[in-house]
Amino acid sequence: MRAATATTAPKPQLRGAKPKFAVIQFPGSNCDQDAFFVIRDVLGCPVEYVWHADTSLRGYDAVILPGGFSYGDYLRTGAVARFAPIMASVIKHAERGGYIFGVCNGFQVLCEAHLLPGALVRNVNCKFVCKWVTLRVENADTPFTTAYKQEQLLRIPIAHGEGRYICDDATLQELEDDNRVIFRYADTDGKLTEAGNPNGSVSHIAGIVNARFNVMGMMPHPERASEKILGSADGRGIFASLVSSLVSK
Amino acid sequence: MAQVKVVVTLKPSLLDAQGRVVQDALHALGYESVSQVRIGKYMELEVNGDGDLDAQVKEMCSRLLANPVIENYTYEVVK
Repeated sequence: MRAATATTAPKPQLRGAKPKFAVIQFPGSNCDQDAFFVIRDVLGCPVEYVWHADTSLRGYDAVILPGGFSYGDYLRTGAVARFAPIMASVIKHAERGGYIFGVCNGFQVLCEAHLLPGALVRNVNCKFVCKWVTLRVENADTPFTTAYKQEQLLRIPIAHGEGRYICDDATLQELEDDNRVIFRYADTDGKLTEAGNPNGSVSHIAGIVNARFNVMGMMPHPERASEKILGSADGRGIFASLVSSLVSK
Repeated sequence: MAQVKVVVTLKPSLLDAQGRVVQDALHALGYESVSQVRIGKYMELEVNGDGDLDAQVKEMCSRLLANPVIENYTYEVVK
């Protein structure tokens, strides 16, 4: 089977002139307002919060699972959030080919929900790492990355204690073969060095996409780097890509 | 009512970063003979009702209490 790309990924039917976003709020989400701000104020698109206890995602074109510590990250990161009432609709949205983007804790929730393969475990150095990192764009031909160039370097912050991406060898091979690794941690020259890998993720993986290319998760925080005044606007491209992927059909 | 004791451990193939830190600390205390420190989770549940308790516990473990991608579990039923 040929790997999906931005051109072959599902093109969900747009409901209005501009795509409407849902930002899911779990108890303990803390990057929800940042994502909301980027969508509404930076990109000028309609966006609403959707509470974890709600059950409908009707009317939304794209769904954001924000960063934070949902349900206190008790048991495992994302393990309890994965069964929140809204998650049945999130899974349905994915099955319909709708776009879903999980950031940090949102990525962890997507892995726990098996919408993305693998898992995120404690950083190899056992530290909570909060710093700016360099990401290399590994696949610019996805609905989430059309605003970037292949191998473009992005400056985006990370803030996590459990961001070491792991998966079994067969899954890793599949991710690599199908170009589903979207971002890798790199050094400032774009080389994949151990020093440039802040958490010990396998193959320096910072972000991946599902087999249909409509669900992406990443540990770094593009919503915290979407305006120059915040130190970098490099993260804006992901949200902008999503909007243009939804509009240009 | 039955009490169930569940132990969840990281799969042996995975590096246990916490275990490594604890092992280093034990070595620093002079317990040089210690190796392969692994940290897991221990949970106690009380389960009421009839039905197939084993099947219920296995389902709870594989759906929520453990993540089969990275963890193994064992359990013991104490009547």
